[in-house]
Amino acid sequence: MSFFRAESLSIHFGGVVAVDKVSFEVEKGEVFTIIGPNGAGKTTIFNLIGLLYRPSEGRIVFEDRDMTGLNPSEVAALGIARTFQNIELFEHATVLQNLLIGRHRHSGTAFWEELLFLPRVKRAELAHREAVEKVIDFLDLAHYRESLVAGLPYGVRKVVELGRALATEPKLLLLDEPSSGLNPEETDDMAFWIEDIKKELGITVLMVEHDMNLVSRVSDRVLALNMGAAIAQGTAAEVQRHPAVIEAYLGGPA
Amino acid sequence: MRFIFKTDYEQDIRLFKHGGQVFWYGLLGIVLLAAPWWAGEYVMSQLHFILIYSIVGFGLMMLVGFTGQISLGHAAFLAVGAYTEALMQAAGVPFVVSIASAAAFSAAVGVIVGLPALRLKGIYLAIATLAFNVIVEEIITRWESLTGGNSGKHVKPVEMFGYALESDAAFYYLCLVLATMCCLGCINLLRSPTGRAFVAIRDSEISASCMGVNLAKYKTMSFALSAALTGIGGALYAHKLAFISPEQFTLLVSIELITIVILGGIGFLHGAVLGAAFVIVLPQLISLAKDYLPEGTAALSGLQATVFGLMLVLFIIFEPMGLYGRWLKVRTWFELFPFYRRGMFRRQKAYMKSERLR
Repeated sequence: MSFFRAESLSIHFGGVVAVDKVSFEVEKGEVFTIIGPNGAGKTTIFNLIGLLYRPSEGRIVFEDRDMTGLNPSEVAALGIARTFQNIELFEHATVLQNLLIGRHRHSGTAFWEELLFLPRVKRAELAHREAVEKVIDFLDLAHYRESLVAGLPYGVRKVVELGRALATEPKLLLLDEPSSGLNPEETDDMAFWIEDIKKELGITVLMVEHDMNLVSRVSDRVLALNMGAAIAQGTAAEVQRHPAVIEAYLGGPA
Repeated sequence: MRFIFKTDYEQDIRLFKHGGQVFWYGLLGIVLLAAPWWAGEYVMSQLHFILIYSIVGFGLMMLVGFTGQISLGHAAFLAVGAYTEALMQAAGVPFVVSIASAAAFSAAVGVIVGLPALRLKGIYLAIATLAFNVIVEEIITRWESLTGGNSGKHVKPVEMFGYALESDAAFYYLCLVLATMCCLGCINLLRSPTGRAFVAIRDSEISASCMGVNLAKYKTMSFALSAALTGIGGALYAHKLAFISPEQFTLLVSIELITIVILGGIGFLHGAVLGAAFVIVLPQLISLAKDYLPEGTAALSGLQATVFGLMLVLFIIFEPMGLYGRWLKVRTWFELFPFYRRGMFRRQKAYMKSERLR
């Protein structure tokens, strides 16, 4: 019985083996981080978990359910939400509308009910707005509620994307480089939020991150990858000391 | 400038956001309801066309403007709606049933056309729908036993509850009621999860699917909805023209229909109505202008198509937000006077897009 498990996950694109038999387990309620040099296959693992790619080999098990054959929208319906490294927001919509999309998996109204906007739909809409408002509160986004995403600075977009993922009320949150492109202050905020997400909201976090400061601050366990293969696993300090990790980042003795 | 102080979630989803809207839409409603008294026979006829084209415009706007799927084959749905209505009326089916069937049958055809949309994007989808238009046109021409082929089909006026709606005013009210219903339906969808899913697909398919939006389901749904609205428009169109033949549903008509949404303003329901009005009024303006043109040019047959094409190109270059976008800019200019900035409506280029998978 485990919360989330990847079993010897592999994918190759033609002859290139991007991820090579990587296995790991994520416990409920922890922050699990994947690190590794550029091109190690971190984001590819995320895309495999979100089933944007089909694994060539291996299984992904979430709450004892094999989800390898599902499509991305079904993965989201199970309660797995993600953010993207380079932000994939709905540009021509307001922050509020973006977060409301996050509520999609909780919408239970039928097409014809929505066509007539029956009282049931209205009640559901009000409930969605209340849920979204909590996320806005949590991430301090009230100031940007009605702004179009296209006009927002990069740091704020990053937070909006986190908010959109939170609005789905996920059980497992996948964060792809939450601090990339953020300045030190914003990274600091991000670290606080990740801690709060874990402690206050009780959401399990699986993230890919480069900033070792952030990693050692928030992660319970760290997995290091190189060239698509797992090379070390343990606490942040243990992994940082691991000879194979040092070799991967700095190069080995010639 | 109007600032709305929000104290209630309901303020975001109600139909009219403030008193000003109630007033102006109310006024519009009264003017439209009173049309048979202020409009002459000619203007009434134009209003019929504008309302019918608005319904089609709503359909196309939901698909093109909100779901981001292009269609160059909507004249085919118009044809499906028109012929379904004509055949069912000839078979003695009551109007309420026949127009519902026209919508339903168009929607079913829309689902079939929507299937390639799951795999095709942009220009390829445009070509697929264009091919569909040609196929439907060809079927209608060849299937003479059913459609009368090139010799066309006569359509009697609408008959409802034993009364024939022969007068202009009666038919006008029918169109007005249907257009209002279609418009409200679209507004309702857009403020519900389905509408948001459409917009999500338009803006980023990948993140829509990661938020739990089933792309296949919603794209098909959008095609079906769009086709159904166009089918309703087609049914009314058949009654309005009183005679339908394959020539009325050619590729050029499809382009005229897509012109409605582009000129009106992609992504605004208002745009569908403005675009419809523009597309109907423009030919009248051209024929008026013909009196002032040199002898030779007025006789040229391609004049209308040229002007349409030119308008389309000019709009795409100078006002991609269409007529409604222009109106928004003018309104904002007055609201903010003298603080309007040129770049206020410029759409910013997106930052790097990640993970383009296909």
